[in-house]
Amino acid sequence: MHYQPLTAQDKESMLHEIGASSFNDLLKGIPASLLNPTLTLPPALSEIEIQALLRNLGGRNKNVGNTASFLGGGSYEHFIPTAVSSITGRHEFYTAYTPYQPEAAQGTLQAIFEFQSLVAELMGLDVSNASHYDGSTSLAEAALLALRHTGRSKILVSEAVNPHYRQVLKTYLQGTSFTLEEFRFDAEGGFNRDAFFNKLNDDIAGVIFQTPNFFGVLEDLEGISDAVHAVGALLILNVYPTSLGALRTPGEWGADVAVGEGQPLGIPVQFGGPYLGLFATTRALVRRVPGRLAGLTEDKDGKRAFCLTLQAREQHIRREKAASNICTNQALCALAAGVYMSLMGKQGIKKVAELCMDRAHYLREKIAGLKGCRVALETPIFNEFVVHASQPFEVIEKKCIEKNIFPGIGLGKFYPGRENDFLVCATETKTREQLDLFVEVLSQC
Amino acid sequence: MLISKDDRLIFEKSSAGRTGAGLPTAFIAAKNPFKTLNPKFRRKEDAQFPEVAEPEIIRHYVNLSRKNFSIDTHFYPLGSCTMKYNPKLNEWAAAQEGFSQVHPHQPESTIQGYMHILYELEQFLKTMTGMDHFTLQPAAGAHGELTGMMLIHAYHHSRGDTKRRKVLVPDSSHGTNPATAALLGYEVVTLKSNARGRVDLAELKSHLDETSACLMLTNPNTMGLFESDILEITKAVHQAGALLYYDGANLNALLGIARPGDMGFDIVHLNLHKTFSTPHGGGGPGAGPVGVKAYLLPFLPHPLVEKTGSAYRWAAESKQSVGRVKSFFGNAGMLLRAYTYIVTLGIDGIKKISEDAVINANYLKEKLKDVLPVAVDEVCMHEFVLTLKAAKAKGIHSGDVGKRLLDYGYHAPTVHFPLVVDEALMIEPTESESRETLDLFIAALRQIAREIEESPELVLGAPWTMPIGRPDEVKAARNPILTYRDVVREREKNAKEPVASKP
Repeated sequence: MHYQPLTAQDKESMLHEIGASSFNDLLKGIPASLLNPTLTLPPALSEIEIQALLRNLGGRNKNVGNTASFLGGGSYEHFIPTAVSSITGRHEFYTAYTPYQPEAAQGTLQAIFEFQSLVAELMGLDVSNASHYDGSTSLAEAALLALRHTGRSKILVSEAVNPHYRQVLKTYLQGTSFTLEEFRFDAEGGFNRDAFFNKLNDDIAGVIFQTPNFFGVLEDLEGISDAVHAVGALLILNVYPTSLGALRTPGEWGADVAVGEGQPLGIPVQFGGPYLGLFATTRALVRRVPGRLAGLTEDKDGKRAFCLTLQAREQHIRREKAASNICTNQALCALAAGVYMSLMGKQGIKKVAELCMDRAHYLREKIAGLKGCRVALETPIFNEFVVHASQPFEVIEKKCIEKNIFPGIGLGKFYPGRENDFLVCATETKTREQLDLFVEVLSQC
Repeated sequence: MLISKDDRLIFEKSSAGRTGAGLPTAFIAAKNPFKTLNPKFRRKEDAQFPEVAEPEIIRHYVNLSRKNFSIDTHFYPLGSCTMKYNPKLNEWAAAQEGFSQVHPHQPESTIQGYMHILYELEQFLKTMTGMDHFTLQPAAGAHGELTGMMLIHAYHHSRGDTKRRKVLVPDSSHGTNPATAALLGYEVVTLKSNARGRVDLAELKSHLDETSACLMLTNPNTMGLFESDILEITKAVHQAGALLYYDGANLNALLGIARPGDMGFDIVHLNLHKTFSTPHGGGGPGAGPVGVKAYLLPFLPHPLVEKTGSAYRWAAESKQSVGRVKSFFGNAGMLLRAYTYIVTLGIDGIKKISEDAVINANYLKEKLKDVLPVAVDEVCMHEFVLTLKAAKAKGIHSGDVGKRLLDYGYHAPTVHFPLVVDEALMIEPTESESRETLDLFIAALRQIAREIEESPELVLGAPWTMPIGRPDEVKAARNPILTYRDVVREREKNAKEPVASKP
């Protein structure tokens, strides 16, 4: 087997040196009834055969590269410069271990430090950690931080937060003494202020909003952080990082913790993972941050050096007293995001955000002109919006897919009763031809 | 000079007006929607990103990569981390557009190829572990543990058995075990190992009662020793009404040899980035599928793939499911790599993994035991633990030996773990290493053992040949500098500090 260098001769002589007459001698401590299980596995394939197999299986999937896709809802198709994968494909990065030996991992550590710096800039907050599994688990960790920090037991979350994320929150809190309460949104998708203020009280540990929310709407959070802080709770915002090149930051909204899905920053949609959970907060909460942090220090000669820091929060030191059980982060995805943000730079990150708005507004206006489709033109959005159709989305989806278009995400499966509504996303990757074709196909639905 | 001396941050290479990316133009420039947006939604200050052109960015990151050890450049005898070779074919597979460009919200009919892979991978994992069902959703080992503990909680509660508030873990366990149990509000009971480095049956039985929720166990344990009383252990735990959780970090020792399902474990998590060759990525992403016995199926997270005829679909959600532990279906790209690995090796190659890993570990142990004492000198499985306690009198700790190994071109073993061994060096060679590599490593450790006797300062001050010496971790924790803004602020603060005038 070409991944396994030991030959039969190697093994024979090594067993001899060990003092064993056969491999089975090494298994004497294992109860005999357990040995030699029957495995149902296929025989080995050659690389030629596997490439053919995988090309075939890959060919059985449609993808956003060979269609015109208007899918979003937590996973976004953005332009990824070729330079990103040329760096993440460096063997010294992707085959390295967690940087527990800082002297042998300065590359990874400095890259994480720069990633933290870039995320903090984007979020308008003081600190960022080295990442979590994805946006949804980052949000769950933020809720746990608020519960621990305040010593309270309730989280208040907007129903316009991504449904997957609310499901994950619910999963993380089940079986604990903590509870989750939701508040409503209005017809066009912004949160309902009365519903929110009615539920805000001093039992609440943390309040969660998403902006742009699941319906693509920019939430007007004016005055919210003051109200949340007045009852002694923390404000947690779930954000779309790309939007922050141009749009108001969690820091500017007065958030205590900002989380988000980092996939749009240079990571392919890749069927939902691996993704990148962003997690940023204020300096006041730094010692409560779950997960890894890279810090700058010096070596004994005064040379600039990076290491993992504040490790007293972590499981390998604290065991059952740790701030979370997290061991791995998503280092390679964080590297991709760091390279992406560096390539975009100060001008590019702003331009990508503006181009997203450009494509989405162009499309929204065209769809608004179609018979059988209604959109709210006045609602402030970033790059996603809801279309209210006069027929079930399923019908539209079927017709569009026949033309190699993914028209968006049906809202019926998340919000029963909304079977005619769907969420459309247009990023900077969409060409004018794709947008116009989509409108034409929709007009024939 | 092979390694660049340039230690500037990317921010310190910035010059106004540069960019590293070419972008298209707007379609409706005439009425730019950003300009007409209510100003309260706009950011007031631009993100202070660096402004650097592509060539400089590439040089920056390539030079950073050269400051790393990695499995493709160095041997990593890192115990319990299973640093095996990451096949290039797996990376090729993940980069194919038919996989990397698939959107997770696509309808079932357009993702049949990917669903086939998830379904098949589940079948492979089931047969290798002896479990009945798997969820592929958890993103890492610790995430799998969290999922597993949720399943245990949901199971007991579904039976109205709400008194079970204790989770038992051996003192040799991974730190994530007690941390995970605590996260769900369980009281952690630490079991003392016996003199043979294994679970002490009497100690275990003395803690088992109607308040025990589960025992979390790694087998072979972190000493690399098979729990030879495993059948008595699982029997005792089940008799007390508790469940058995298998931490799959050490599964690389057992493929085709023995299965946790047959041992009596109810729940298993696997680390695909260990046993199934997906890359560690400098600390993730991983993947931590969780397998269960049939009676726990209703509690598994959703979505789950099911096969009907030759087509695949998402199974209907069970009312008892613990819910979703992550958006979408898990780290699909990692699942695809693991699938590729398994079909490449096939049944014979899979069995050879553990056979070779166990032979390599025993060979190393046999050759090293006259250099440094083995914590428990018995036949080991895929790893073993040496102790450096004799050198302690000289002020040398196992961590120092790890640092010195870097100078010899080897990554440090896992040091100061497991906690049950004084001055532990935990060594796992994996099946990827040749005998010649092991012999060179043995020679290096032999040389370091000599240095401990003859020139301990060489070991104490190590490493000498890395891009940096040992970082001042106390300073890093006392005054955390975590972003470039902190660097700038610190610099300004120091510049402002008054300089004492000369007398």
